[in-house]
Amino acid sequence: MFGRWHVLCVLAIFLGACSTGTVVLLPEKDGGDTALVVKQGDKEVLLSEPYSAALQTPFGPRVYHSSPEEVEQVFGVALAAQPMRPKQFTLYFIEGKDEFTEESKHIVEGVFAEISRRPVPDVLVIGHTDTVGSDQVNDALSRQRAETVRVALIDHGITPEVITVIGRGKRDPVVPTGEGVSEPRNRRVEIIVR
Amino acid sequence: MSRLSFALPALLAALALGFATPAVAAEIGQIKVMKGQVSVERNGQVYPGSVGMRVETSDVLKTGSDGSVGVTMKDDSLLSAGPNSILSLDRYDFDPVTNNGRFDAQLKKGSLAVISGRIAKQAPDAMTIRTPSAILGVRGTEFAVSVSD
Repeated sequence: MFGRWHVLCVLAIFLGACSTGTVVLLPEKDGGDTALVVKQGDKEVLLSEPYSAALQTPFGPRVYHSSPEEVEQVFGVALAAQPMRPKQFTLYFIEGKDEFTEESKHIVEGVFAEISRRPVPDVLVIGHTDTVGSDQVNDALSRQRAETVRVALIDHGITPEVITVIGRGKRDPVVPTGEGVSEPRNRRVEIIVR
Repeated sequence: MSRLSFALPALLAALALGFATPAVAAEIGQIKVMKGQVSVERNGQVYPGSVGMRVETSDVLKTGSDGSVGVTMKDDSLLSAGPNSILSLDRYDFDPVTNNGRFDAQLKKGSLAVISGRIAKQAPDAMTIRTPSAILGVRGTEFAVSVSD
């Protein structure tokens, strides 16, 4: 197996040829943590810096530093086809109720502007609660809050078919608290336009 | 306290809504961006791609030499393929209540840009992209991968 082709490849790899592909970790737009594990057979490398890259060679992954120029050349068309990033809005609720706070009513306007910017929008409405009460109660309450928003969106002329309603209960607080803590910032509905 | 009196009606309302909402189990994402020639293979049939088209598990997206396609998945993952690409959506499970799930896709040919979504955020390595020679375990979030001819 280890014939002439492989010998040529050993030379060629230094020139970047003979690889079966490449993977490049891109800079994080939101500035968060980013990492990718690249496995080839029993060999494995971790990419964790922007533009760190791995070429797949017949001898396993070879790590190198890519560049914006290479990314544009190899991935320019794929990146240009990237869908618009989902945009998130947050509405807040009065404790134990499915009514918006006054300030949150204005945010709805921003949601409509975002929906109109997209050729085929779909809208995710995700309800959340604080940690007062059982899971069962909060799952229902969060869903009911999301439902209130769904109705408001439809009243404003959004097609019902593009809206999905989810209640996540108390699983995902913005402000982590213990059990049974009334926290206005956790009583919210996220609207994700995508 | 007000919450106690609220609990029962809320629960009943949620149950009612749960039953009233039609299940669209098969849909896992939507084509948001498209250029040139794009096709979707599903159960042995080939359909022309279109903006707005819903994609399903096991769909294979193919782009022509002038083609590119961008898909938004239900967990907010964004996948976009460049020209001469074959992208297979092998496995997709996503629970939007818990954010738990599993997403395995395969780039058989061409180029692919990825921004991972809620599945990868919830559990590292719950999302993988395979190529003919490598397996990528996604810890987060933006990367691009190509397969040489």
